[in-house]
Amino acid sequence: MRGRYLHITLLSIFVVAVQVITQITDTTYYLTQLTMAAYYSLVILGLTLLMGYAGQISLGHAGFFAIGGYTSAVLTTYNLIPYKEKAIVKVMASMGMLQMREDLYGGQILNLHPWIAFLLAIAITVAVAYVIGIPVLKLKGHYLAMATLGFGIIIYRIVLGTPLFGEADGISDVPAFGLLPGIEVSGDMSMRIQNYYIAWVIVIVAVLLLLNLIDSRVGRALRAIHGAEDAADAMGVNTAEYKLKTFILSAVFAATAGVFLTHFNGGIGPSEASVMKSVRYVAIVAAGGMASIWGALTMAAVLNFLSLRGYFGSYDDAVFGAILIVIMLFAPEGILRLPVMKNIQRLLRFKPSEGSDGAS
Amino acid sequence: MSVELFFQYIVAGITYGIIYAIVAIGFNIIYNTTGIINFAQGEFVMLGSMIAISLTPYMPLLLAIILAVIITMLIGALIEILFIRWLDSPSVLRMIIITIGLSILIREVALAIWGENVRALPYFTGNEVSSISFGGVHISPQVLWVIGVCTVMVLILQAFFKFTMVGRQMRACAANREAARLCGINAKNMVTLSFMLSAGIGAVAGCVVSPITYSQYNMGTGLAIKGFTVAILGGLGNSMAAVVAGLLLGTIESFSIWIMPTAYKDAISISILLLILFLRPGGLFGSKEEMTLKEF
Repeated sequence: MRGRYLHITLLSIFVVAVQVITQITDTTYYLTQLTMAAYYSLVILGLTLLMGYAGQISLGHAGFFAIGGYTSAVLTTYNLIPYKEKAIVKVMASMGMLQMREDLYGGQILNLHPWIAFLLAIAITVAVAYVIGIPVLKLKGHYLAMATLGFGIIIYRIVLGTPLFGEADGISDVPAFGLLPGIEVSGDMSMRIQNYYIAWVIVIVAVLLLLNLIDSRVGRALRAIHGAEDAADAMGVNTAEYKLKTFILSAVFAATAGVFLTHFNGGIGPSEASVMKSVRYVAIVAAGGMASIWGALTMAAVLNFLSLRGYFGSYDDAVFGAILIVIMLFAPEGILRLPVMKNIQRLLRFKPSEGSDGAS
Repeated sequence: MSVELFFQYIVAGITYGIIYAIVAIGFNIIYNTTGIINFAQGEFVMLGSMIAISLTPYMPLLLAIILAVIITMLIGALIEILFIRWLDSPSVLRMIIITIGLSILIREVALAIWGENVRALPYFTGNEVSSISFGGVHISPQVLWVIGVCTVMVLILQAFFKFTMVGRQMRACAANREAARLCGINAKNMVTLSFMLSAGIGAVAGCVVSPITYSQYNMGTGLAIKGFTVAILGGLGNSMAAVVAGLLLGTIESFSIWIMPTAYKDAISISILLLILFLRPGGLFGSKEEMTLKEF
């Protein structure tokens, strides 16, 4: 228990330290990519719970990210001015569910408040994950992989082929997300430091949530399912229900990341829903060691940051393909559990997450 | 819809359907000997057609295709030897991730070599406007090539598995790997051979269909999904059923354009995949008993 909070504290200190260092070295532009990397980490944390702990692969998580991002983008950019005399719009306005703003040319835009859009996006994600999850999670192995891949491709095709979602152009001019008065998720330069902290606070909360979940009855049930599903079933673990709940939770993580990143970037495009994105998430979970929250977080932050800064150039996809192969061939337990790394850790007398239980 | 148009759709459906069937058979050959679904199956089709296209300026078409098929088979063998052969009973999850990684790498290498350009082999006979008329239905001669070559290939494969020693050994490995090894069959070589075979038939299919559908570095993913849909539809591992399922999916897809925007064409076949996975994961032709024995 104590170790967990020690790690969280260390992470928080690290997050602050990075910000201070960028300030001192005058490299605050890094914070933009670090913020984006934080949101992608959120998807990967959710997927780690699903893949690493419950043992269920998903090749469609970019689909959930897109559902979150696109729902929020559509709802917060759809102009309700032409309907402002309609009763339902008036009711929503009087309840404070709408916000008025001006576009670049001074025209009035009336749209749904991002908070309402966020909640709706999560509700839709939960509904979709529930409906898809029930039949999909009955499958195993190749069938599960292909079914989730198929789900991801359907979402991609819908996004790409529907005018409401902007087809190949995606949706732009998504407004800032005012979380609280004075705190808002936006890509505005002056908000960079604030947004860096918003993103990482969300990640830290997510990590705390997951660590507690993994050490609870639920976490033990999930590991039992991963180890031997039939045995877990026989022991009275409701495997179907646990798998479904984990699936929904990880989908909600992805959708939340989608919503926040869309507001941060001011838009979303179909590439966010592509199969390659889903595969990339799986690659990072694998590189982190499958069942390791800390490994996944480290890999997610590092690899996404490098990728977003363009260090991989035009080999971006190839790098993630190579990561998948190399990790699975030589280090199926993840980079951090290689014997070399173990020795380094021993030398440093630094003992994170021994064994397969993640940090404890 | 006129009768001619109806048959036009049918012919288009058969053309695509038989290609899907070939990809599905490629899945089945490897699945039968290893229990692995090779997610890079579609990339073999792409490699076959792209290599043939690169070779055609230097040699006759037939020679280029034969060489392309041989090169693709060697790549298939190389992949198996480098990435799969030495793994000691790997988990399904691990194999899924490795083959997905391979498909991405092959695609990226193809992108580096051939770029994003859409290419095509020349028509085997005639050109893009020549057509043969069957009672008002106009068919490109290339369509006949596709259907003819693929049909012959399926028949040869069947004969190979039934009547040749190597084919029988491969089936023995599929039925029971341990027992086959006890009988002196080198199971590992059979796996390499299965990768070569499915790479080879994929390459042939890629070459014959290239003049009609064109080839691009990223054509593999879509084909792999369709091929997998067909493989599942027919029942994983059952190659003859895959042909029927392929023709069925091709025809459904072809008629879907008639009622839905083309943009959603892929969504149709994937919806069929999801439906069949949810309702009858054993395939259309799998028996109830078989389904209870298998793990899905």
